[in-house]
Amino acid sequence: MIQLIPLLFVILIVVATVTLGVWSTRKSQTASDFFVAGRQVSVFWNASAISGEYLSAASFMGIAGLIMKNGYDALWYPVGYAAGYLFLLLFIAGPLRRFGAYTIPDFAEGRFDSVGFRKIAVIFVLFIGFFYTMPQMKGAGVTMATILNWPYWAGILVVGTVITFNVAVGGMKGITIVQAFQYWVKVFAISLPFFVLASVLGLSATTVTDNLEQPKVVPTLIEATTVKVNGKDKAPSNVLALSSVGQTKLTFPEGAEIAALTTVVKLKPGQHLPPVMGDLNGQPVLGTTKTLSLKPGDVFSASVFSLLDDNGQPIVEQGKTLKTNVKLEFEKAAKVSMAEGTSVPNAPANSKWTNPYGPLTSKWGYPVLYTFSLIIALVCGTAGLPHILVRFYTNPDGKAAKKTTLWVMVMLGGFYVFTPLWGLLGRSIIPSLYASGGFDSLVIKLPTLLPDKTMGLVLSGVTSAGAFAAFMSTFSGLLVSMSGAFAHDVYGKIIRPDASPESRLLAFKIAAVVVGIVSMLLGLLVESYDIAMMVGWAFAIGAASYFPLLLLGAWWRGLTKYGAAAGMLVGGTLSLLAIVTSMLLDRKVLTMNLPPLTRALMEQPAIWGVPLSIFLMVVVSKMTSDRLPPHVDLKILRLHAPEEMGVGKNYIEG
Amino acid sequence: MRKEGDGATELSVTEIQTLTRILMKRQAALSLRVAAVFVVLLVAIPLLNLYASSVMATPVGPFSLTWLIVGILFFPLTWVLSTYFVRQSERIESETSDAQALLKGSVTK
Repeated sequence: MIQLIPLLFVILIVVATVTLGVWSTRKSQTASDFFVAGRQVSVFWNASAISGEYLSAASFMGIAGLIMKNGYDALWYPVGYAAGYLFLLLFIAGPLRRFGAYTIPDFAEGRFDSVGFRKIAVIFVLFIGFFYTMPQMKGAGVTMATILNWPYWAGILVVGTVITFNVAVGGMKGITIVQAFQYWVKVFAISLPFFVLASVLGLSATTVTDNLEQPKVVPTLIEATTVKVNGKDKAPSNVLALSSVGQTKLTFPEGAEIAALTTVVKLKPGQHLPPVMGDLNGQPVLGTTKTLSLKPGDVFSASVFSLLDDNGQPIVEQGKTLKTNVKLEFEKAAKVSMAEGTSVPNAPANSKWTNPYGPLTSKWGYPVLYTFSLIIALVCGTAGLPHILVRFYTNPDGKAAKKTTLWVMVMLGGFYVFTPLWGLLGRSIIPSLYASGGFDSLVIKLPTLLPDKTMGLVLSGVTSAGAFAAFMSTFSGLLVSMSGAFAHDVYGKIIRPDASPESRLLAFKIAAVVVGIVSMLLGLLVESYDIAMMVGWAFAIGAASYFPLLLLGAWWRGLTKYGAAAGMLVGGTLSLLAIVTSMLLDRKVLTMNLPPLTRALMEQPAIWGVPLSIFLMVVVSKMTSDRLPPHVDLKILRLHAPEEMGVGKNYIEG
Repeated sequence: MRKEGDGATELSVTEIQTLTRILMKRQAALSLRVAAVFVVLLVAIPLLNLYASSVMATPVGPFSLTWLIVGILFFPLTWVLSTYFVRQSERIESETSDAQALLKGSVTK
């Protein structure tokens, strides 16, 4: 079904963005006047632009979905995304602006007088950048799949190509006004539909108190639903874990191949399955069944059963009989139909969802450790995002940089406060997403469930436009900073230092196309990952590489380039390796039997990555303390002296 | 910007460095103070969720206490902290500039 109204909204936002871009490039003189005219104006618009670039598909689509999926624990994502700016404000924003470094590679070279160190810094621009573009691409794929029913890859291909082309012809380069405009589009698109939905559907749909009163309840389907479950190629999203609350009846209109039939609670030694686990078209499914081949129209019913001990008696733990239900792993993508009132598969019960230490952080059995590691990644990682730091150059001075950061926090908070409310709405209005796994489409799908279909489509159009604004602005920003790194740092400084400005511009364009294509290809691989989690990983890598560099580089005179490089390389690379390995294990590309503690530390590496990086920076710097960069005192002076003292002008350049 | 600073009344590098060192110390103390409040909060909330889970689960309006704190109140809280920081940090900087102007004055006289 093609949804015409949302499509119109999407076309509108794309046209508005491109037009505004072209207009402000032509009037660039006026635009720059616009931004330096009066401090108040400039701070306000700069803050809008930084917020506009920062609020990506993860913020617009991902967080609401992740909160719907995991409940309370996922609240740390919006909190961390917004609160990370506090660390940036306290330790980094002012000094970085005063130093006159616009990118981290610039800072790296300027602070240590080392071209070699610039190269290391560039590598991380690309690592973090690609990690950040993958979820933006997923956002594009999911949005187009939801609005136009396109296959996932088609949305990525079309949207990715349009944005890449736009950046390559220079349409988005450094245009503050476009990013600022897109911030306001996003705030409008997340708040207005929410207010309409909450007033039509009733505020009770956005409360958690009902959940607290009925801790064991699992959401039930509001109407009969057919969902598509992914196949093994998209593991781990090829699973239906049936509810441990009541009976579940599944109909397979087109048949299905079940690659593994297991239980939701993992069997420990000494625990056994009952003789019968469910029934298929009225015939018992035995406890020994490992796989199932289902014909079109087959009906599978499963009810909750007890696990048995060695003597065949039900196991009792802490006074309760240990009960579970069947978990189905699909070989190939298949359709599954469920009747109205079915307890939704994969949905956590109310108590687990509403209270801390639920499914997200308890995944490997170390919820507290996981929570702290996630918080560290998000809070420290914000300071390590290459495309965000670039934006601080538009501030006239260090004082304005601090004020801007303050405004950014207000603007981001005003946006993020709506995301948990969307998650709550999702759980009560569109529980079928638990079964299909399509959480990232929550904000686009939910409005279409309004009783008034036209209003629903209009609101879905508004959220689709917001989603487009989100991945367009972030993807464009990343493309600019990554292509810039290639053209400016790799080509201009390393390959051909004598390159003319024209050939550098050409290098930028070629780099933009290459980076765009690689991002699209990477985007195809990540359909089964949650957008917000992927962005969280980019933060974890930034937190272990750039954050310590900027923090110590700005405040500690004794940091040498050897120390900085050692910490960044080891901390950043190990974090990256841990995350990639963890992703490959999830997808079952790699099979290793690692202890759960190791898995938790690999999935959320910031708790060891950040301290390791800082530790190495300090130790190696102490060992090489005779190799301090020349004029280190002047550099520190320049980082911290207010502009009124005239240090930059009179004491450094002179 | 400052025209009156040109010429013979400029401070020496050492004097500027001394001023900046004092400024940095005060700025760092301020940053660390605000960061400490923030870190204590970030450490305390998960620990309270663990050790005082029933208190944190108390219903407050449509939310539970911990949901209200993390999902809603945390944002304005960071605004309060950052507003305090920006005000104090501007005060420290203007005091440093004033000190510089004073020193310059004494050089001319």
